Amino acid sequence: MGMDRREFIRISGLAALLGLSGKGAFELVRPGQVEAAVAAKPGAEGVVRWAMVVNMQKMDEATAKKCIEACHRVHNVPDFTKPKDAKDAVPPEVLNRYEVKWLWTEHFHNAFPGEEPPVMPEKIARLPFLLLCNHCDNPPCVRVCPTKATFRREDGIVNMDMHRCIGCRFCMAGCPFGVRSFNWRDPRPYITQEYPGYPTREIGVVEKCTFCAERLAQNLMPACVEASRGTLIFGDLNDEKSKVRDTLKRYFTIRRKVHLGTNPQVYYIV
Amino acid sequence: MAENYKNEFGVFAERPQVEKKYYDAKNIFTGLAVFLLLLILPLVPNLGKTIPPPQRSLDTPVIQKMAEKDRKCIMPTDWMRANHMQMLVDWRDNVVRSGEKGAANGRNFVNPEGKKYLASLTNTCMDCHSNKDKFCDQCHNYVAVAPNCWGCHLTEGKTLAEAK
Repeated sequence: MGMDRREFIRISGLAALLGLSGKGAFELVRPGQVEAAVAAKPGAEGVVRWAMVVNMQKMDEATAKKCIEACHRVHNVPDFTKPKDAKDAVPPEVLNRYEVKWLWTEHFHNAFPGEEPPVMPEKIARLPFLLLCNHCDNPPCVRVCPTKATFRREDGIVNMDMHRCIGCRFCMAGCPFGVRSFNWRDPRPYITQEYPGYPTREIGVVEKCTFCAERLAQNLMPACVEASRGTLIFGDLNDEKSKVRDTLKRYFTIRRKVHLGTNPQVYYIV
Repeated sequence: MAENYKNEFGVFAERPQVEKKYYDAKNIFTGLAVFLLLLILPLVPNLGKTIPPPQRSLDTPVIQKMAEKDRKCIMPTDWMRANHMQMLVDWRDNVVRSGEKGAANGRNFVNPEGKKYLASLTNTCMDCHSNKDKFCDQCHNYVAVAPNCWGCHLTEGKTLAEAK
């Protein structure tokens, strides 16, 4: 089959023209559609976007402890240091690995690695920063989950479906904040007081904070927010009149590891 | 018959004589016998026994407290008997995956009579049927199914837990 140079140039020119005009043509017929499908959506009008502000100016050890206890109690989070039966005691060398945590504290240099100035106020260096799932806008855990057990809800909550979790722990590798814990063993013997409103977990699934999705469905605030007495502020970021929005407008806040591009939605007032 | 016998080279007067013999008959039949024995073995202990039909009990504090006319499940008993597993799976998906794009939303279940219930195994089903071993387990054991609900879901409903 023969094609002379002139023919080749004519065809490739036409093809290039067609290719270049593709997006333009779309814009003409359906303006904004391509952009909307490709770009990550910022909070649209009328859509709820849950977010949390941690006011570290009010935070102290006692408040942090109260929040953690409230959270872990209502979600049946096991404490491997306190087995119900002495024969289930976990050897101390694996306690750290077995630990399941939804909400916990770290110092500034661990919570915000790389962001600590060489000299900083000692008070802030010693503060217990309350850490939890950031419910990112662009959650890497959701992208890597092979079974869609972890998914992002329309209101921004990154939730887990324990029925689908196969325990592959890709999400734990994907999450840059370390908010996910794996159940290395059956948690039941390590739950001091089972809370009837929420299931426990089984061996072999990953778990994390859910922004208390089950409490939000009943129009209740998350357990930690209730226990914090104003130190934690929770609400709808898309609502102009909400308290989080107001707080974020009045105070300068920082977030964890923003440079990774996951767009975390837990804000810290330092 | 013998004259008609043909092979690829032509006609033979007689069929080739092949010795008929059962090779390794001893091993084969012993092996078969052992296999059959192993196959039957699990059935032997239950031979001639009658397994009692499941005895479900509805005698729980919450059900006892109800007035006679209110004493019914969220759906008709026959329907529940046949479909409770599918209903629980639907509840599960609606509750856990609510808020996901394209997912059905809801923690509420409305029965045909229009009565609203919270879609929850522990807090709705187990609230009345707080006797798992005398209700759920009876039939599940009888038909030898082992649903894995109880690995995570607690067996005591809210009312009972609060009373303690």
